[in-house]
Parts: sequence; C-alpha cells; structure tokens
Amino acid sequence: MKTTSIMIVGVGGQGTLLASKLLGKLLLDEGYDVKVSEVHGMSQRGGSVVTYVRYGEKVYSPVITEGEADYIVSFEKLEAARYLSCLAKNGQIIVNTQEIDPMPVITGNAEYPSDILEKIKAAAIKLDALDALTLAEQAGSSKAVNIVLMGRLAHYLGIEKEKWLSAIETSVKPAFVELNKKAFELGYAQK
Amino acid sequence: MKKLLIGNEAVARGLYEGGIKVVSSYPGTPSTEITEFLSKYDDIHSEWAPNEKVAAEVAFGASLAGARSVCAMKHVGLNVAADPLFTLSYTGVTGGLVICVADDPAMHSSQNEQDSRHYAIAAKVPMLEPADSEECYRFAKDAFELSEKFDTPVLLRMCTRIAHSQSVVDTGERKEAPVKPYVKNGEKYIMMPAFAKKRHPIVEARTEAITEFAESCPYNKIEWGGKDIGIITSGSCYQYVKEALGDTVSVLKLGIVNPLPRKLILDFASKVRRVIVIEELDGIIETHCRTLGIEAEGKSLFTPIGEYSQKTVSEIILGKSPEKPTLNESVPARPPMMCAGCPHRGMFYALSKNKITVLGDIGCYTLGAQAPLCALDSTLCMGASVSGLHGFNLVDGGKSRTACVIGDSTFMHSGMTGLVNISYNATNSTVIILDNSITGMTGHQQNPTTGYNIKGDPAAKVDLEALCHAIGINHVRVVDPYNIEECEKAVLEETEIAEPSVIISRRPCVLLKYVKTQSPVTVDNGKCRGCRKCMTLGCPAISFKNKKAVIDHTLCVGCDVCKQLCHFGAIESEERK
Repeated sequence: MKTTSIMIVGVGGQGTLLASKLLGKLLLDEGYDVKVSEVHGMSQRGGSVVTYVRYGEKVYSPVITEGEADYIVSFEKLEAARYLSCLAKNGQIIVNTQEIDPMPVITGNAEYPSDILEKIKAAAIKLDALDALTLAEQAGSSKAVNIVLMGRLAHYLGIEKEKWLSAIETSVKPAFVELNKKAFELGYAQK
Repeated sequence: MKKLLIGNEAVARGLYEGGIKVVSSYPGTPSTEITEFLSKYDDIHSEWAPNEKVAAEVAFGASLAGARSVCAMKHVGLNVAADPLFTLSYTGVTGGLVICVADDPAMHSSQNEQDSRHYAIAAKVPMLEPADSEECYRFAKDAFELSEKFDTPVLLRMCTRIAHSQSVVDTGERKEAPVKPYVKNGEKYIMMPAFAKKRHPIVEARTEAITEFAESCPYNKIEWGGKDIGIITSGSCYQYVKEALGDTVSVLKLGIVNPLPRKLILDFASKVRRVIVIEELDGIIETHCRTLGIEAEGKSLFTPIGEYSQKTVSEIILGKSPEKPTLNESVPARPPMMCAGCPHRGMFYALSKNKITVLGDIGCYTLGAQAPLCALDSTLCMGASVSGLHGFNLVDGGKSRTACVIGDSTFMHSGMTGLVNISYNATNSTVIILDNSITGMTGHQQNPTTGYNIKGDPAAKVDLEALCHAIGINHVRVVDPYNIEECEKAVLEETEIAEPSVIISRRPCVLLKYVKTQSPVTVDNGKCRGCRKCMTLGCPAISFKNKKAVIDHTLCVGCDVCKQLCHFGAIESEERK
C-alpha cells in the first residue's frame, strides 16, 4: 500500500503536539508502520510549527516535502498558505479559520493577507474550512482546537469514530477526557 | 512491546536495557530528551551537570569506577567536552562509556551546523549512527558492549530528524551489568607523557581492530537493487534514499560511521556502475571512498549545507521535480519570539531604548535580537557574552555604553569563568544575568541556581550574589525586569561606574507551573492615541487594529510592562487582589 502523508501545521503553543500524539497512537493501534516527526526547541516560541505524520505498510522518510501531503490540517489560516506547496495533487486541506498575527504583522512591517481561503479555493484545491476555535470554546476550552480539528480529519481517514474516542481516552489526562471527546464530536459533526 | 518512540526516548530505553548506571548531561536541542527519559528510571543515577565537559568527566569517573555510564549533548556541546574526549580515547574505559551527540543540520535550534563525525575521526573513537528509533534503541543497547570489547568510549551520533521522529520500537527488558571492581592502573589512567606514549599505539591498533569489525558487523548492511547506481549512505539520508529510489538502486547503509570499512566499500563499489555517496553536511564517507581509489560522487551533486529529504534525492538523482500547488500570495514570516509576559522583555526594552551595545549569549534571550527590540550585537557560543564583553571593552575603552546578557543556566555553564577574567583583568564591564530560575529554551531543565535537581527534588542552590561578590565584583544589584524604570536606572548607573558590575535581572520564566499570572490588561479605546509605543515591546499579545492597540486576553498574563510605557494611561488592569 502507498504511504499516507498528513501534515499538521500551526503556531507554537496551539497544541499540534498532542494532536500528532493522538494520531500516531491511533495509527499504531491500527497496525500500520508509523512515523511522526516534529522539531522541538526554538520553533515552540510562537513560531510556525509543523508535524509530519506518515503511515502505511513500511514508512521510510520521516518528513513530507513539496507535493506529497495527502492531508494538511492547518491550525491557523496563514500557516495553510505557508505550507500549501506540500499538498499532493488531489490532496485535502482542512483549515481552522482562526487568525494569529505573526511578529512582522504586529510590528507593522507586513499585512496579514486578507483573502487566503478564497485564493486557495481559486487554485482548485479541496478545502474544508471551519471555525475550530468557536467549536473548542463550545466544548469548554479554547485549548481543544487541536481535538476539534482531529475530529474533522477523522472524516477523511476511514478509521471508525469509536477508535478515535478510545485513543482520546488514553492520550489525555482523565480530567480532560470528556471535554476532548465533546470537542472531537463537534469537529466531526461539521459538514 | 511495540511502542511509538522518538529517537531520543528509544536511545534512553536502549541505554537502560543495556545496563546504564550513571548519566550526566547538559541539556541541548536536539539531545535533551535522552537524559530526561533516563531520569524517569529510579534504579540509575541521573543528573544535569553545569556543562558538557563536567558531564563527560563524570561519565569518565563512573566508568573508571566500573559502571556503564553515559553523557548526552548537542553537537556544539561536544566542543565543550572535546578536552576529556580526546584523552578518554587513550585511557579507554572500565565500565562501558557512551557519549550521545546530536547534530542539527538546517540549524532548527542551533548556532552552527558542524558535523560531529569529525570528532570521531580526530579523537579516534568509534561512532554509531542510527537511522530510525528501532536502530536508536538497538545501537544504544549494544554500545556498552562495543565500548568494553574494544576498550574505548563510543560516540552515538543523532541528528534532529532521528532524535525527534517517532517510529516503532519493540522494547525488551533491562539486563543488569554488574559494576566491575576498581583496580588501580596508572599506566592506563594517568595520562602523563610516559604513559600516554604507551597508550597511543594501543589507540592506533584499536582503530584497525574496529575497522576489521566494521567489515562484517551487523550495523553495516548492503541492500541489493539495481546495479547502475550504488548509494553509500547512513542515518536519516538512508530513509530519504529508500523513499525516493526504492530498490532501483543498491544501497550500502553504514551504521558505524567511524572507522569506515575498506573491503566492504571496495566490494560494493566493484559491483555497481556508479557510486554516489549521500551524506548530510560534510563529504566524509566520500573522501574515504576516494582514498580507496573509488571514483565516488558526492558533494559535487549534494550540498554540504542544511538538511536533505526525499525531494533532494529525487531531484538530483532522478532529475524529477514535484508537482505542487502554488498560491499567488506573499506569506509573512512567523519567527519564534519571546512569550507574552517573558521576564527578559523588560530588561531588553531598557537596553534597546538606551542604545547599549549588548553582547548576547545562548538561550531564549537570543530572541531579544529580533525586531522590534533588536537589543543584541552578538551571539557566539555559551559564555562568550561575558568573556567577549571584556575583550570589547579593552578596545572600546569606555567610548560606548556596553553590557552583556546571559541566562542563569548559561552563566553556570561557562559564564562564571569569564566573570573571573573581568574581575581579575579589570575592565569596567557590566554583566547582566537574566535569572529566570530555569533552563528555558531546551524546555525547562533544573540547574545549579534553581535549588532543585533533575528529579525535581530539593538540591543545593548557588547564591548568585554571593558568588559574584566572591569573584571580586563589588557592585552586584538585583532588579525586577517587570519594572522598566528600575531596569533603566540600574543599566545607566552600572554602565557609568569605573569598575566591573553585575545586574541580576530576576524573575522566574512565566511558563513555569508555579508562577501565578495576573488578569490581562485592556486598552481603553477612548484614551489610546495609536502612538504604537506599546508595540515597541514586541509582545505577541499586543496587536494593532483600526489605529488602536488591541490586547489578546488569551495571551496576556498581566505583566504590566506595556502599561508602564503608555503615556496616556490607556492600558488598564482589572482590580487585582
């Protein structure tokens, strides 16, 4: 079987690491060979972050390069544009519509691009945009954006919902299981 | 049991199962987690040392006393530990000794991209290089036996993509390695000329013996495929080669990258039409091939700069460029930055505003170099801010206002010795210790100034003020970096006086769990004139919308630094208890 490549991109501090941990565990339990790759350190301080998740019968490279990602899950709108060139032909991109200003925008040296989603659509790319922040707040915490987006991704991967929910149970602290399950359902229910 | 582990955790597991007794390390991305994971095992001793030289010497002492011991560091850490390494090669070991070193091609979190393999060659010690977590586990576990068998320290080379990638590992059980009895053996362990002269030939003979081992050991393997191209590779590059080229080529994958085999490589080369070496950074395997008389290609095709990927291999070997979507949009960069409420910000603002020339150091505070604060003039290596400032002032002679900034952990690492020099050789230098009570950038490790050890248990705490006094600095003062006026006053006064001084800018990292944050501040739109003064702090919580400042309540921790800057009283805090 062909190796499937998923990129999770966002801003340091948005919880992309927990999302990739959940996904990695789920895929391992499904019996796949899995590689999950991310960079720690400097990139965590509010910088652009990217995690690569790859699975299949035998996975070699831990990274995803241009034109290879079957799915990109972007936790922030601008980051979707930044990593778009990694999307494969017919690849699917899931975007949280949240905007977080990067430092050049804060200092007034750059503008936050105004019509990213329209431009992505115009490039004939399969786009699934949702306001994951509002849904996470509905679930009980703005920090659950990551799980809302995993709920959305679950639509496309063809792994049963129950397996995701049980992976959540073993990946998050007991006190947050219900909140995260709710966040997952809210993301899953969209569309 | 099958688990998904990052390379560093797999190394830790392998070392644990291999019978490690002692680990001493200094944190450094991408190596830190090796020691962090080892610290979770209560049946071994783990510790954070003040620097890599100390750590390597602790590992030496533990090995001398008969235990299997380890130190782990990033590539530049090995520069610091190079002194013990080169002579450890002569003494050899009693208990197995493994030095883990993690390179950072592409400099995700480093100041250079040096290739650690040069150290293995120069110090004449074997170096293993795993290509995924399973190999991290296996190589680490075997490394002790290799070390004891050949009486040598063993280097285990990681890189960012191996250290921080998770892949599947089938773990086992710990095998205890009893501590060997200590026997005094001066000819082996006292490296003075008479004895060292006897050890050097042993080192040369050992290299020959390990080369022979490398010819047929399981760490080096050939995977036959198409014979038009034969690729020689190791580590992460092996994965990129397999991904891009599959079995259309034959691959010689090297797991021991020093010493390199001769017969194995000659034999492989003789069976393929074209030999290409694919190795990140320097052309070390390629050079070896050429000394064997093989017309190998390598750096003529592949750059010595940065990381490779399957794309690099595919483009260069197959001439194929990927089909990719493009967006006609300029995307602003998103560099890392100091967090909202970071205690370094207030001091950097004071330095930047007063146009102080600031020699910087290695840590989170290196981010003070970025716009809008632009508060740094140099960053070289751990400790260089302090010693460099002395040198700068020898030449500048007081023409400009100068200072240096160094974190608490970095000051312990190698800033202290520089301060001794400032005191002893007397320049009017002002050293600012940014004491945030933790090693920040590498993800919150304890250090000798925090009062806690690696396990979070109470430990002796270095008294920075007393230490600076003992070194001979009379002017030592402590400021709160959340108080801009206090910072400015201290900086202006201490850079003015005709003797050395230390300012300790003290407030714990805002991300520490025990730090209580305040309720966020808000902007009164009626009072805000849109002067952008608050924006000069470069706080991620403050942005500018419709000609007014806006403060993001989810990020703001109520440090009130911006409030002190506003001339119009437009930034307000809620009533606090």
